[in-house]
Amino acid sequence: MTSMFLLLSSLFILFSGGITALFLGGKEKAAYRTGVISCLAGAVLAVISAGMVMWTGTEESIRLAWQVPFGSFYLAVDPLSAFFVITISLVSGLASIYGSEYLHTYRKKKNLGAAWCYFNILFASMLLVVVSRNGILFLFAWEAMSFSSFFLVMFEHEKSKVREAGWIYLVAAHVGQACLMFMFIILGSQNNSLDFDKFIAPSGIAGVVFILAAIGFGTKAGFLPLHVWLPDAHPAAPSHVSAVMSGVMIKTGIYGLIRIVSLIGAPALWWGYTLLIIGAVSGVIGVLLALSQHDIKRLLAYHSVENIGIITIGLGLWLIGVSSNNYIIAVMGLMGGLLHVLNHALFKSLLFLGVGSVVHFTGTREMDLMGGLMKKMPLTAFAFGIGSAAICGLPPLNGFVSEFIIYLGAFNAMAGAHPFSGQILGGLIAVIALGLIGGLAAACFTKVFGTVFLGSFRSNEPEKSHENMGPMVWVMIIFAACCIVLGLLGPVAVKFIEPVAAQFLDVSRVSEVSKMLCSLLFKVSLGGTVLIVISVMLWSFRKLALMRRTNRFSPTWDCGYLVPTSRMQYTSSSFAWPIVGMFRWILGPKVHSKIDKGYFPGSAALSTQTSDVFRKWFYTPLFKLVIESAHRVHKLQEGRNQLYVLYIAVTILVLLLVKVR
Amino acid sequence: MNILISILHILLALILSPLLFGVINRTKARFAGRKGQPLLQSYYDLIKLLRKGSVYSTTTTWVFRLGPVAGLGAALLCIMIIPSGGISGLFSFSGDFILMIYLMGVARFLTVTAAMDTGSAFEGMGASRELQFSVIAEIVLLLGMSVLAIGTGETGISRIYADVWGSDVSLLGPVIFIVAFAFMIVLLTENSRIPVDDPNTHLELTMIHEVMVLDHGGIDLAFIEYGASLKLWIFCELMTGIAIPLRTGQPFYDIPINVIGIFIVAVLVGIIESSMARLKLLNVPQLLITALSLTVAALFWLLRGIL
Repeated sequence: MTSMFLLLSSLFILFSGGITALFLGGKEKAAYRTGVISCLAGAVLAVISAGMVMWTGTEESIRLAWQVPFGSFYLAVDPLSAFFVITISLVSGLASIYGSEYLHTYRKKKNLGAAWCYFNILFASMLLVVVSRNGILFLFAWEAMSFSSFFLVMFEHEKSKVREAGWIYLVAAHVGQACLMFMFIILGSQNNSLDFDKFIAPSGIAGVVFILAAIGFGTKAGFLPLHVWLPDAHPAAPSHVSAVMSGVMIKTGIYGLIRIVSLIGAPALWWGYTLLIIGAVSGVIGVLLALSQHDIKRLLAYHSVENIGIITIGLGLWLIGVSSNNYIIAVMGLMGGLLHVLNHALFKSLLFLGVGSVVHFTGTREMDLMGGLMKKMPLTAFAFGIGSAAICGLPPLNGFVSEFIIYLGAFNAMAGAHPFSGQILGGLIAVIALGLIGGLAAACFTKVFGTVFLGSFRSNEPEKSHENMGPMVWVMIIFAACCIVLGLLGPVAVKFIEPVAAQFLDVSRVSEVSKMLCSLLFKVSLGGTVLIVISVMLWSFRKLALMRRTNRFSPTWDCGYLVPTSRMQYTSSSFAWPIVGMFRWILGPKVHSKIDKGYFPGSAALSTQTSDVFRKWFYTPLFKLVIESAHRVHKLQEGRNQLYVLYIAVTILVLLLVKVR
Repeated sequence: MNILISILHILLALILSPLLFGVINRTKARFAGRKGQPLLQSYYDLIKLLRKGSVYSTTTTWVFRLGPVAGLGAALLCIMIIPSGGISGLFSFSGDFILMIYLMGVARFLTVTAAMDTGSAFEGMGASRELQFSVIAEIVLLLGMSVLAIGTGETGISRIYADVWGSDVSLLGPVIFIVAFAFMIVLLTENSRIPVDDPNTHLELTMIHEVMVLDHGGIDLAFIEYGASLKLWIFCELMTGIAIPLRTGQPFYDIPINVIGIFIVAVLVGIIESSMARLKLLNVPQLLITALSLTVAALFWLLRGIL
């Protein structure tokens, strides 16, 4: 019962801290202190509580009565919830420390009390989402999460772009919510209860429930083509909020999908393939769209779509494995997917926070105007570099560990499979998608890291000469350290995740596979360590050898050109252009160029732009249609009271007829 | 005993890999009717470079210095993973080739960031091209390995290469040769040879790999050159390991056979370079797509056989 008590007190602290901060709004110092301290206290309590559940592997629950029809205040922490509680608390707690310094610039301009209130409520509602076990309570928490994050997205509501992003987010969130409501209604009407432990879906209904869950949760997670809100909402929000939204909030969609799929009975093979294909498409197109962006925060938002894709590929392999009785694939898919949830939470938060610092420093989000920040903000650059390598899945960092497990699942699906079982195709899709994502992500993050931190500054240099050594930097360093440590401690990560997988799959088989994975990942870690050791040795060799020789410094070789300027550097757009061009049949990039005609052209301008294909070709026409049909319905509302009375009379008549019949 | 043999083939790779460039250059010289530089020229170059001081660009940071170091480190680790024909690599486990492909990714990531660190437009250009081609090349490698994994039922590269000429030669034989051919194209791409890239080109605008390391010199350049020769060796092993059907089971015959095979590949590269012109940059992706189509064809051939 202790861990449930700790969790409830964490929720209570977060909620009351948020409300207190709201009322302290005018006294900014007190408000942000309350906000940060309650976030940290809540995070620590929640981590302890979830850690206890992970350690013992037993579920703890509490069920209180609630007057709402079909509602009950039914909370439970099992390993899956505990895993998500830990991830959410880790990221939100650290992000709140970052936010304490980040929001400093908005003092006297904004109501920071309200910002902290919404941040705390967002944190608390995410925790509530992953522990609630009743449909109504779940939807309530889900809505609180959507609303609090909506208000945070609208933080700088005086900008029209931000307002637009906020509205798109609100609409998307509620389209998803509608699907979830519908799903819970179906499940509830089948079982006459909305408590999760009573859910059983008959085989005919299960498929429908699965599709509704995939759409409803997929909207939050950012499955393609439901991702449209992400690239607008993430850049609009303050960076520590983007970190929380992208790092953990969208993962509640993944949580919901796992939870519902595990509740509604044995999965069919097509569920697995559906998820696998959604994952592959989201991953590849997400990273392609990311590659073609110029706005650094938009780019990161598209990378969230990509990483959700990788996670979904893992989940797809899990379901394929379960439905075709190949437990190795099932365990590896699930474990890899879950571990990637944690890993992505770490490096994506790190990257968003890093970008926050960069934008803070330079005052722009346009990558092509930056450059050379490595010299001005060395620690931020270091942390960002680690995050970039980790998101590309490079060893010896944490991204590789989870991708390796998913790869291994895919290769096991191919190597050990009976050719008729249909797993070969699944393995192939997963391998090709992961390979393509890996290559493109590397291109994308060398572009980001290269144009933002390396080289020299491309426009008017910012006045500040160095970064602030405040909490912002240290939070990023902590995240970077987590990426390195988890990358080198793969076996520990697998052991950590084992109880979660054991919850859904046969325990003995899970422990068998996890033993195998541990020994393999031990070798991977060994390889990573060897790589580090060799590199350190070569570095010291170089250092020692150069000690007694002439070492000179000179400008970069520009093929003899005498007056190089920093504007002659390769920009991020030109860097990405060959690949964007290779995939132009998907991306449809637009080039606007203006060159003076004549023998001595005076000025020239070139700009490229890649808009979201789904937004352009699907959502814009769709919403145009919706608005047009709404205008037609509008004719009913003419403004004459007599007519309205007639409507009421007709409605009553129809209802009476229905009742009498 | 097995470990000793694995170490032996690593040592052979470490010692002999710079000779590959010598063999390629000698072949090209013979085709051109020249006498050619000494076979051991790359060794002389390495020694010369190792004895030099350094010139660093004022724009650069530690990222620039990390590139060559970690790139060579990754190549050295790859050498420990790759098997020599049927003889297992020193560091082999299930899924090891995924680590190997990603280690090459590490080397590429750091080389590219080092190039970007100079702030030179030329180096950015080369970096961007390198990444573009590697996207497809990586898929070809992964898909080729998938085909071999399906064919042999194994998930580690050493086991796959050991089993590849095992039981079902009539089914796997053609598949292996198609995959080996695709790997040859990847070899030419990843090691910046003609028809993808010309190591002897003199115009920075047209270079790919060479332009990325334009600002490196001295010890750093030596690391890069040595890393490049190891990378060439790895790709040769990747090809000869499946393409040579002759397996005696005796390491003391198999290792020399494989080494001879590797040098035959080097001669082959020399012949290709002498007989072909370089492709237009825009056509390089098409070459790589050809390799991808080949692996897909191999996959269909294999599945047709199994089903």
